[in-house]
Amino acid sequence: MGKYIVKRFIMMIATILIIATLTFVLMHLIPGSPFEGERTTNPTIQANLEKFYKLDEPLHIQYLSYLKSIVTFDFGPSIKKPNESVNELLARGFPISFELGMATILVALLSGIILGTIAALRHNGLVDYFAMTFAVVGISVPNFVLATLLIQQLAVTWDLLPAATWSSPLHMILPIIALATGPTAIIARLTRSSMLEVLTQDYIKMARAKGLSPVRIIVRHALRNALMPVVTILGTMLAGILTGTFVIERIFAIPGMGKYFVESINNRDYPVIMGTTVFYSAFLVFMLFIVDIVYGLLDPRIKLHRKEGDA
Amino acid sequence: MNEQQLDIAKEHVKQRVNEVDKSLPVGTSETQRNRKKTKKVRSDVKVLQVDNLQVSFRTYGGEVEAVRGVSFDLHQGETLAIVGESGCGKSVTSNAIMGLIPEPAGVIKNGSVLFKGKELTGMSKPQLRKIQGVDISMIFQDPMTALNPTLTIGEQLTEGLRTHKKVSKQEAKQKAIEMLELVGIPNPKERLKQFPHQFSGGMRQRIVIAIALICEPELLIADEPTTALDVTIQAQILELFEEIQQKTNISIILITHDLGVVAKIADRIAVMYAGKVVEIGDKRAIFYTPEHPYTKGLLNSVPRLDLVEEELQPIEGTPPDLFSPPKGCPFTARCPYAMEVCDHVYPFTTTISESHAVDCWLQDERAKVLQELS
Repeated sequence: MGKYIVKRFIMMIATILIIATLTFVLMHLIPGSPFEGERTTNPTIQANLEKFYKLDEPLHIQYLSYLKSIVTFDFGPSIKKPNESVNELLARGFPISFELGMATILVALLSGIILGTIAALRHNGLVDYFAMTFAVVGISVPNFVLATLLIQQLAVTWDLLPAATWSSPLHMILPIIALATGPTAIIARLTRSSMLEVLTQDYIKMARAKGLSPVRIIVRHALRNALMPVVTILGTMLAGILTGTFVIERIFAIPGMGKYFVESINNRDYPVIMGTTVFYSAFLVFMLFIVDIVYGLLDPRIKLHRKEGDA
Repeated sequence: MNEQQLDIAKEHVKQRVNEVDKSLPVGTSETQRNRKKTKKVRSDVKVLQVDNLQVSFRTYGGEVEAVRGVSFDLHQGETLAIVGESGCGKSVTSNAIMGLIPEPAGVIKNGSVLFKGKELTGMSKPQLRKIQGVDISMIFQDPMTALNPTLTIGEQLTEGLRTHKKVSKQEAKQKAIEMLELVGIPNPKERLKQFPHQFSGGMRQRIVIAIALICEPELLIADEPTTALDVTIQAQILELFEEIQQKTNISIILITHDLGVVAKIADRIAVMYAGKVVEIGDKRAIFYTPEHPYTKGLLNSVPRLDLVEEELQPIEGTPPDLFSPPKGCPFTARCPYAMEVCDHVYPFTTTISESHAVDCWLQDERAKVLQELS
């Protein structure tokens, strides 16, 4: 196990390095610079500014100092808001985005698994048809469309819930619904199909022959086996939810990281682009690692390590 | 093949048999192999009485009449083998007794299953669960799929016991260790923490048997328990059945299409064809004086070691379609002795001796006259 974690850790660092390099290259491929706006600045001032931010140096020197800032995790101040460092931006925005993302994952997992299981148990019944219709709609409707519809109906027309911002649990409901519907639908479909397969297995018949209660058979015997595919897609789904938060945060005016991320690219705010990208990718890579560990815990046949002497 | 070659062949077979004997684990070989086969005295207690059991499945293509009126009794401590080819209703019969017919497609249309005087058909599910695994247990065909891959052996062994009987975790564990010892698994204490994939096929079948027996049931239904195992392991598992039956006086229903297995451990045999029991009787009666043409055909299609260069005689044709079963005897189309009447009317059950009965028109007085004439 220890050996596996070390190996995965090295791979994670390599992955982040590749992402960071690609980001750097792309960032400098975009025409323009932080100081080119609608107003034309005096060339001397511009040169001075570039000198101050070390943007006048050759690219490979910039790349090296960029790598250094990643290793030390100090990205320096934002160019557009010089009184704020990138680290401060992350510290303020990330907890909110994290809250939204985790709540979404939790809601999607819980409701998706429950919905999928019930659909499988009532296979070809009314509940099944209803759940699968919901799933198809959920997968097909993009979250930003759903978000605007939700605001229109629940917040504006019926005035039940607040339409925007992030200040109380009540405020969280709409963005979470908007963000979780797609993943819920995917998880429900996946749970249903793998549950249907598991329910025909011999060990389920054997559990019935033991005279166990239906609840125990589903929860203890079937679910654990049926959830393997769900855990598998959880990794990629996390990435989807993360990018989803950018859009949803904008629609609901949530002061999370998404706002800074999008703005920084529009503004060519190099330190912020670097900081947010590297931070996000590190987070995602780490979550994927967690998913792999969970996979091994769920199914004892999957060994994360290889013993000495094994083939 | 000349004499000399034959001798060499015989010698070779003998050697192989000895090798197989030696390869069996220590506990199972000498003592059991050499123990005197005491003739079992049949108990008068009837554990199970199945009467005119009919099971159908509703499918898109129509209704399949899988079991069409099966009746038999099972005494305490007795092993009844149900034999027949694939699709004849063997497994459906056993599932119906166990209350495991998949709903809503499968329905018990008629008949009764009396377990120690209690009617099992039409019993509510919670009531049934008090019998499943406690009084009646089941062993499945494929040990590779019958165990849940994500739960430890220990949990799968003890969960039935913990559900049905009020025992502490520690007591259940102790009982599980005893059971693993009984079925011949070494280091039971350490093995409890392991998962199914850490066991071989034969070991897994032993575990499945241990699970089935842990609540000390009175009836064990074994649905092709040795089909998925290789031959040496088959022999070991059959030995295990005999040993357990001697120790616990359990009644066994053995579903199989392997007549070798039947010859080894059955007391009585029921031959099923197209959802009906066509012949039932003591093992000796069925093997030595079979009356139904189908039983004869089955026995002729078994390879024999004692007859050299004899071609196997398969039964020509295929069983009838159970979507629309024939009015008369279902074997008519494949029967070498078929008569006009066979096509139209299903034969009455003829009792040949106290423990031997057959459904065949050949047993009718008039048929016998006809045979003598021709």
